[in-house]
Amino acid sequence: MGNVLSNYDVLGAFWVTILLSIFGTIGSLILGTIVAVLRLSPVKVFQWMGTWYVNTFRNTPLTLLMVFSVLGMTYILGIQLNTVDVSSNAFRWAVVMLSIYHGAFICEALRSGVNTVPAGQAEAARSIGLTFGQSMQHVLLPQAFRGAIAPMGSTVIALVKNSTVAAVIGVAEAANLMSVVIENEGSSIVIFLVFAIGFVILTLPLGLLFTSMSRRLAVKR
Amino acid sequence: MAVVGLLVALGLLYVVYRKMQAANQLQGFMWKPFVTDRAVWRDYLLPGLWGTIKAAIISIVLAGAFGLLFGIGRLSTVRVLRWVSGVVVEFFRAVPVLIMMIFAFGVYTRNSVFANDINPLAAVVTGLTLYNGAVIAELVRSGVFALPAGQGEAGLSIGLTPGQVLRSIQLPQALTAMLPALIGQFVTILKDSALGYQVLYSSELLSQSKILGSNFANTVPAYLVAAILFITMNYLLSRLAVYVEKRLSRRGRTTLHATGPVLGDAVPEPGPPVSAGSAGLSR
Repeated sequence: MGNVLSNYDVLGAFWVTILLSIFGTIGSLILGTIVAVLRLSPVKVFQWMGTWYVNTFRNTPLTLLMVFSVLGMTYILGIQLNTVDVSSNAFRWAVVMLSIYHGAFICEALRSGVNTVPAGQAEAARSIGLTFGQSMQHVLLPQAFRGAIAPMGSTVIALVKNSTVAAVIGVAEAANLMSVVIENEGSSIVIFLVFAIGFVILTLPLGLLFTSMSRRLAVKR
Repeated sequence: MAVVGLLVALGLLYVVYRKMQAANQLQGFMWKPFVTDRAVWRDYLLPGLWGTIKAAIISIVLAGAFGLLFGIGRLSTVRVLRWVSGVVVEFFRAVPVLIMMIFAFGVYTRNSVFANDINPLAAVVTGLTLYNGAVIAELVRSGVFALPAGQGEAGLSIGLTPGQVLRSIQLPQALTAMLPALIGQFVTILKDSALGYQVLYSSELLSQSKILGSNFANTVPAYLVAAILFITMNYLLSRLAVYVEKRLSRRGRTTLHATGPVLGDAVPEPGPPVSAGSAGLSR
């Protein structure tokens, strides 16, 4: 185990995994909230757009999105996120695709959070004259976020694990390094355990954190 | 507002259209083969679909067995068995599928475990089985926990052993309740089989569409068509899950939520659901 750790930059690779996860989480929270508001809005066209987004991206493999981002978007459509540095371009596309994909799941988590808010809250907000935007911002979303922490936590944990998919476009994160190590050293249970335990260390505390947060922040009714 | 929404939607479509036009991706020769050339479907897309579905079906069967075994293990009255099953399940749920696939592929190719051309499929199936098996084990457990306590108590009070209660009273109900969630898990497996791309499982749909794209010089259309195939398949399956859930609840059964885990992880917490949306009990 020491061998793998001293000959390869395992920590560096996991750092890239962490960066992908952090940026991906921020991106998917923003996108997911926007799409959730679209789906909850009273305007039919916006609802359709939100539904289309969720159905499309929830049912597409993340691997396909990743591969498409480099082989399709960058090479053929010429949309580069960093024109100088190829590996930075891949990293940024990986963040974008992680955000787009998980945004769909965050949206669904938020909608389930909105469902925990009693209908009377929305009715009360409307009856005191709040607009759709105001009632979203001040009444529904704050409660929805607190009610949706458990499913959103699941999504974030899944995102951490799914950041490995960025290996298919050559981002130097954990799964990518693991391929390299196995290529050089052969596949051994030690190598597997190093990387597997790395992910256990990343995801286990997150799970505990979200569970306790969902208990503490749940709206008392 | 509706007008504004319509304008926004049209605007977005127009941006995509301009981008595709500028990159010459809307030319007839790129799209025509999908309708005129039989080889596109016969040699690439249909074999790709079959490769994806084959890997998914083998995986769901094996994962079902794995899940049942360890799910029951976690419900066992023997403390050691419970503990070991718990560790196995939690471990495989926490490790990314791709990590398991890469490892399995390395092991299989080094030691020639299977025939050379089967190794990639075996690696994909191994990764999918371990991960989804752990998820299904959690479904089994939460399915049993979601039953009213009276079911188990009644069984015990008429003199059944705990094992008999589990086998003949709790599991049959739990498995029926799991059905929608199981179909949802199949969607996850179908999507994850595309990870085979990374371990050289070249007969799945994503890899096939890549080859198609380079042979017909239509990379972007090939990926878009592959995406549409995936979306259609998974969308129909999700609808089926919702339908089954509705049917079951009409018959007065409790069900576990079908709403989609992200490549897995939305397994309900044991005990009372943390929130109504946490994929725990529904209705």
